[in-house]
Amino acid sequence: MKYSYYPGCTAKTTSVEFGFSTEAVCEALGVELVELEDWSCCGASSAHSLNHELSLALPARNVALAQDTHLDLVTSCPACYQNSLKADRALREDEAWRRKMEETLDFRYNGEGEPRHLLDVLSHDLSLDEIRARVVKPLKGLKVAAYYGCVLVRPPEFTGWDDAEHPMTMDRLLEAVGAEAVDWSYKVDCCGASLTLSRGEIVTKLSSRIVNGAIEAGADCIATACGICQINLDTRQKCEREVPIFYFTELMGIALGVSGLEKMWGKHGVDPRPLLRERGFLA
Amino acid sequence: MTISVEGDLTFRDVVRERSGEDIHSCFYCQKCTAGCPTAFVMDYAPAQLLRMIQLGQREAVLSSTAPWLCVGCETCGTRCPNHIRLAPMMDVLRQMALEEGYVADPAAYALHRSFLSSIKRWGRVHELTMLMEYKTRCLLAESSLFFRGLGSDLMMGKDLVLKGKLAFIPERVKRLDEVRKLYAEAGEGNK
Ligand code: SF4
Ligand code: SF4
Repeated sequence: MKYSYYPGCTAKTTSVEFGFSTEAVCEALGVELVELEDWSCCGASSAHSLNHELSLALPARNVALAQDTHLDLVTSCPACYQNSLKADRALREDEAWRRKMEETLDFRYNGEGEPRHLLDVLSHDLSLDEIRARVVKPLKGLKVAAYYGCVLVRPPEFTGWDDAEHPMTMDRLLEAVGAEAVDWSYKVDCCGASLTLSRGEIVTKLSSRIVNGAIEAGADCIATACGICQINLDTRQKCEREVPIFYFTELMGIALGVSGLEKMWGKHGVDPRPLLRERGFLA
Repeated sequence: MTISVEGDLTFRDVVRERSGEDIHSCFYCQKCTAGCPTAFVMDYAPAQLLRMIQLGQREAVLSSTAPWLCVGCETCGTRCPNHIRLAPMMDVLRQMALEEGYVADPAAYALHRSFLSSIKRWGRVHELTMLMEYKTRCLLAESSLFFRGLGSDLMMGKDLVLKGKLAFIPERVKRLDEVRKLYAEAGEGNK
């Protein structure tokens, strides 16, 4: 199983835990990721905020590069994923624009290099049995609230691989590695995303509400599949107790016995080590 | 708010055309507002804004803070019984507002502008210099914006540096000319 991999701008910096654990878990599961050569930024939420055309053109460059590899384009960042999906759709449907892009970027669109999110790939290209078979340290007794956030599963006519209001793919993966996925009501609520820089107080309110929801549901921790979600919940929660916020790949990594994760724990806002030690997942 | 029916009725057609969303079919059930995470801080809630567009209240709509507080979370579009997605509509309103000189939220504008200039410079976002440009732009726009949240910004910056989560040296895309060409074609060459 081989994919083109688009790490995105934060995979070595503010979301280094996600970048590291994505690569480690894929390696442990026999999923080969080949980093997209000379990839550029997808424009995040800023391009579509200010300039529609740029918001499609920037990710179109990555789709064009991925097409040359004949492999699906996998990313772990939901914003990159969503932007690439929109660009791919525009290349497919808007003929005049496609011709313009083909000329500017010197390529021929043929529909290869399909943008996929890592959660979709791990949930649908592998079977849960294959994942179960590789678990060396089941996350027995760990109660996790799987948090999907906004554009990972929305809008459904773009994504379509999980339910937009009550997604379950991440819950199933966490259960496959031995954790208990709790039932809760804030799975797809928004954390406030990029408002964290310009309007931090709004994000504090939204993120705290989500973390409180996880506490009420009896969760020990939250699992996310997004760099911004992780940072917002991790550093802006103001609740009765501190709740560790993991990337779902970090939790899978513990269960699959990947090495190097111990270097990630100190990078979290809420230190997850006391919880991991108490449950016997960390010496 | 006074609602007048002498509004600019071409406005709604332009918004429909540019966003590709059939905003005329909204029957004001307010499901979008009910699920919107940031409606509580907007001056006009999403459904209200839509109604104002239908009524041609151009100036009030373009000077509203709502498009600047919309985070594009797609909750509204997922739930609307008429399949209207407000995220693309909010994008269009923000872009039209800029074209006509309204900037209802200078801090959000400064952030997006700094982000885009970082990509133009390196091909990828370099967080450290992007954040420095953002704070500078805030200062130039309105000095109070620079000081708003400065304490927590600095704390966050210190934390990221101590945890080794900020790169000092930017990563540069090799074929940067391609990225710059995309900027030029989108009319962003000189911004
Ligand atoms: S949910 Fe749809 S129909 Fe209802 S008010 Fe919002 S845009 Fe209009
Ligand atoms: S996309 Fe914007 S308007 Fe719609 S629910 Fe999300 S924040 Fe509100």
